Amino acid sequence: MTSTSASVAGESPTAVPPPQPSLWRRHSTALAFLGPALVMLVVWYVYPTIATVIRSLQSDQGSEFVWFDNYRRIFTDDVLVTAIKNNAIWVAVVPAAVTAFGLVFAVLTERIRWAVAFKFALFAPLAISLFAAGVIWRSTMYQKDPNIGALNHVIGVTKEAFSPAGVLSEAQPSTKDLKESKDGGISFARELRSGDTALLGLTAIPPDEIPSNAGQAADPEPVQSGIAGVVWRDFKPGGGKPGEVEQEEQGIPGVTVELRDQSGKEVQSATTATDGTFAFRSVGNGSYTVAIGAATFAQPFGGVSWLGPKLVTPAIIIAYLWTAAGFAMVVIASGLASLPRDVLEAARTDGASEFQVFRRVTVPLLAPVLLVVFVTQIIGVLKVFDIVLAIAPASTRNDATVLALEMWRKSFSGQNQFGVGAALAVFLFLLVIPILILNVRRFRRENA
Amino acid sequence: MTTATAQADRTVLGKPESPATRIVRQLSRAPVHLTLLIIGLLWLVPTFGLFMISIFDPARAATEGWWNIFSDPSTATFENYRALFANDQIVASLKVTALVTLGATILPVVIAALAGYAFAWIEFPGRDWIFIGLIALLALPIQMALIPIFRLYNTLNIYDTIIGLILFHTAFALPFAIFLLRNFFIGIPKDLMEAARIDGASEMRIFFRLILPLGLPAVASLGIFQVLFVWNDLIVGLTLAQDNQPIAPVISAQLRQFSSNLDLIAPAAFVSLIVPLTIFLAFQRYFVQGLLAGSVK
Repeated sequence: MTSTSASVAGESPTAVPPPQPSLWRRHSTALAFLGPALVMLVVWYVYPTIATVIRSLQSDQGSEFVWFDNYRRIFTDDVLVTAIKNNAIWVAVVPAAVTAFGLVFAVLTERIRWAVAFKFALFAPLAISLFAAGVIWRSTMYQKDPNIGALNHVIGVTKEAFSPAGVLSEAQPSTKDLKESKDGGISFARELRSGDTALLGLTAIPPDEIPSNAGQAADPEPVQSGIAGVVWRDFKPGGGKPGEVEQEEQGIPGVTVELRDQSGKEVQSATTATDGTFAFRSVGNGSYTVAIGAATFAQPFGGVSWLGPKLVTPAIIIAYLWTAAGFAMVVIASGLASLPRDVLEAARTDGASEFQVFRRVTVPLLAPVLLVVFVTQIIGVLKVFDIVLAIAPASTRNDATVLALEMWRKSFSGQNQFGVGAALAVFLFLLVIPILILNVRRFRRENA
Repeated sequence: MTTATAQADRTVLGKPESPATRIVRQLSRAPVHLTLLIIGLLWLVPTFGLFMISIFDPARAATEGWWNIFSDPSTATFENYRALFANDQIVASLKVTALVTLGATILPVVIAALAGYAFAWIEFPGRDWIFIGLIALLALPIQMALIPIFRLYNTLNIYDTIIGLILFHTAFALPFAIFLLRNFFIGIPKDLMEAARIDGASEMRIFFRLILPLGLPAVASLGIFQVLFVWNDLIVGLTLAQDNQPIAPVISAQLRQFSSNLDLIAPAAFVSLIVPLTIFLAFQRYFVQGLLAGSVK
């Protein structure tokens, strides 16, 4: 009872103040203010929590009590075990990564004038739903075809710059004189000596792979103390004879041919001319082989399957980090702004390097803020749902799935397994209980 | 380092910089500027890419990257958007989203303001314990409520209704909202309250004339928070509605044929994100305040 109302009651004419009505009036006021909230909390929190716990002990149809069978299923069902593993990966990676990103960005932007623009760029994804973020990443970044997906496009362009796709990606030997070597190249089967020639006929070359400067193929002229040869398309309209250079058959220019000694070591290399011919000069005694290296037949980059079974979870995590880094940055930046300047300055004047100040002063002082970000992220990551649903295609949904998604799928996607669905909900609840206790403790400490 | 030299250093630091020193200092930070510039731009790429796809001719989007639109800007078309707004289901879902967001923002703010005031300024038995229970509820996963509420809504005939969605969002906003507002209200000077009470003002009068006006910044940031949260919801709409679903669940149904539906998915997703993004831009200050006041949800 507050002193105000007591004193007011004491001044009333009736010498013995009846405290009951006053007390009731006070409580009825409190009830009027609290009533709507309490009713809603009971109907939407308390009742469902109890009902879900009971439901988790019943069979999927709800006809009988199966006690802990549903919980056993969580740890035996393959998909659910995958979900637990994925949640574990999320918890192990994401909160630490988000906090680290946030810390680095907050510190880097601290003394930069245009930081507001940078912060906006990083912060904006937070206003977007995790679901929309998933749609964004799936449609713009993760498509497998390098012509459509930005990530694969960048990888493809980079790869092309360092190891370009071969001139001929699909060519086959035209005769038994040639064999495919283990490394993916094609070599001439017979051993050659100085003065010999090699006919390297290839077929199954799509017309668009024939270089535009290709001319009529020529029979190679033997070279003195050298080995000559020709690489040509051993095919002409109507067929032609395999193994013979004929009219209308084209030489293939620009192919790198290697001369290898008996140990298989490359001793010379030559590039074919417009008629397909090549020659190695000043070849010593002994026998050699001639081969077209694997690089010539290298396939063009087909794209990484970001959403395939192996990479789908990392891909979703990257998209999540994109949305969460800005949150961490803003919270940590505000913590940074409230750090005592004189402590940092003192450390600097004492000769500490920027990095030492960061490690020894800034980070320890920021620890409470970092903890808040970290804990917030753990909660968020345990409940992660939308972004997985948005990014994982049906084919790899079972590889990417998480507990919250499985809770929903088992219960509402037509599977009607409400028993195990409820058990999954309770399991999630148990996982957040330590955080719940942490929240309560923090509150009680702050209000002690 | 001795105090004397530290003092000396400080004097050196205190001197105004010569232009040359400033240029050298700026240059030494150039890598940081450059890195941040690149990261900032990269961060914008995905959202920008979605917009590009949404104005891409569907036939070309199936075989070409969205960045190709730069080499031929005349191929940009708003045909996808025209088709989107001619799609009855999409238009209806946008209306549902707007109505649910409106209702599920106003209602929890009002209810939480009343409750927050009670927790801050009215004494009643068990107050602290109830409040601690409320804090415990902050972390309760929404999944705990879905199955029983789904049943309850079917029994009460409010499954697949806007009011059902509003009530669910309202209830799940309350713990955070009450927490935030109570913490704000409790910071209002006690003298002000006492003076009003001695003047004989009723609790209702104090609430409307004193607390609400003073608490406006907190109410505003809570409102912004709630608008974004409800507008962006997927799981509640997906679970408790079928024909009256908000936009996110409607888009999610299109994901099954992702590639062939991209001409619908991309503009729909862009519309669904541009609304909260604009609100966020306009009220960023309040949003950040709310975020900092209670990053516990």
